[in-house]
Amino acid sequence: MTVATLTPPTLGYGDLSPLIRLMSGDEKHEPSAHSTLDVLWVLYDRILDVAPDRAHDPARDRFVLSKGHGPMAYFAILAAKGFLPVDTLETFTDADSPLGTHPDRLLIPGVEASSGSLGHGLPLSIGMALGLHAQGFGNSRIVCLVGDAELDEGSNHEAIAVARAFGLDALTVVVIDNDSATHGWPGGIANRFAVEGWATADVYGRDHEQLTAELSVHHAGRPNVVVAHVESPGEAIE
Amino acid sequence: MSVAIKSTETMRERFGAVTTELLDRDDSVALVLADISADQFRPVAARHPDRAFNVGIREQLLVSVGGGLALTGLRPIVHTYAPFLVERAFEQVKLDLGHQDVGAVLVSIGASHDRADSGRTHQAPGDVALIGTLPRWTVHVPGHPDEAEALLRSSVADSGRVYLRLSERANTRSHVGRRGRAVRIRSGDAGTVVAVGPMLDPVLDATRDLDVTVLYAATVRPFDAPALRSALGEPNVVLVEPYLAGTSTQAVTDGLRDTPHRRLALGVHDAELHRYGTADDHDRAHGLDAAGLRRDITRFLEPAP
Repeated sequence: MTVATLTPPTLGYGDLSPLIRLMSGDEKHEPSAHSTLDVLWVLYDRILDVAPDRAHDPARDRFVLSKGHGPMAYFAILAAKGFLPVDTLETFTDADSPLGTHPDRLLIPGVEASSGSLGHGLPLSIGMALGLHAQGFGNSRIVCLVGDAELDEGSNHEAIAVARAFGLDALTVVVIDNDSATHGWPGGIANRFAVEGWATADVYGRDHEQLTAELSVHHAGRPNVVVAHVESPGEAIE
Repeated sequence: MSVAIKSTETMRERFGAVTTELLDRDDSVALVLADISADQFRPVAARHPDRAFNVGIREQLLVSVGGGLALTGLRPIVHTYAPFLVERAFEQVKLDLGHQDVGAVLVSIGASHDRADSGRTHQAPGDVALIGTLPRWTVHVPGHPDEAEALLRSSVADSGRVYLRLSERANTRSHVGRRGRAVRIRSGDAGTVVAVGPMLDPVLDATRDLDVTVLYAATVRPFDAPALRSALGEPNVVLVEPYLAGTSTQAVTDGLRDTPHRRLALGVHDAELHRYGTADDHDRAHGLDAAGLRRDITRFLEPAP
């Protein structure tokens, strides 16, 4: 049985590698090369209250992939969880495919925000958190994934300060830190959020139990950030 | 409210009063500020802290928060000075509203050289041209507080993307017509002058004894080309816009594609003046006072030698 004939939700973490190969066409491209893979899997498998048949439920959780680059892991997980037909993955970047190198919310069910240009997802997530709270959906979580290099964009820092000022405890930011920011973050990324009053945690971004534990915590009255450390692009990966 | 008070009320003040009323009445309306006009909205923001936000001096976030609110189904009104709203946050306008395909009502103040004494940093005569590069935006340029009110109300009741450009300059009379439609103010045979927003009074003054049709437009995107076609007699068209000259030239050209015509586009010149002074000083410098308009329009309408 090939992966394409499997039916969600029977697909599991172990199927992600062949799903990604449907897009990459690269037999050697291991899932560990995808910095976001484990965080995304834990979010969709254990954390987010989302489902394909609830794509328009206003009370659903929201996931925003701000770092829209390299979205194959995201698309593989959306397929594994039934948001996309598995065979759609094979159309990746075709002219009439819903899947390109940056996700488009108008083309993919379950994608909450289109992304690609860096530094937009977190500011949008602030507005989404405010909007859900105003309409009585304050229990819906907003989880926004950014990259450590993406934090170079100043728009993020406008958002980090205001999220605490507005007490957005429905908001969680996951920073995938693969040490790719050109000038680095002396003192650590978590400190950038901590001085603004965020709850912070540093975890190994491949450890599903650690990720689950930190992504499950709720901090009343303030947003939280989970910095998920993974291998830097230059490091050898087994 | 007495008529006397109302007649001296600015578009900005009317925007404050009407937005306050809309926030009080309709719980789907939200307001996002970046410090500008925050004092004006303090009472209503205190009544509705869950729908009225001041993000501080953060214009990228201002527009993105509008986009996020719209993604959850609210109708955001997003407000600051024109250069910060349209130019500084342009990619947010393009992506966090347009590309996400959500709506908002962007309300600017400080039109063109309203703030002449502040210099170039507070002036954005290219704002309508910039918004015009983005698909599916409606652009309103009211010429009177009553028009600003009507356009604000209809824009908030709608769901699309709207740029509402308020000015400290205003005409003495309001011409509230059907939303989006140009209004024929008077008729003549030598040509058609299209006056946009606050340019109507100077145009009427400049052309008072000229044999021209004057069309008035408070909405320029989409441009009311059918009204121009039906008003057109002698095919001489003068476009008078209170922002960058030629901003709507393409719209006129497209609207008259089957009609050979001559065209003159008047507006703010693209040269930076590096001058302070008043808005009247800058109007004169750009030929947008009645005398300058009269000079250019008369020359254009003179028969070719």
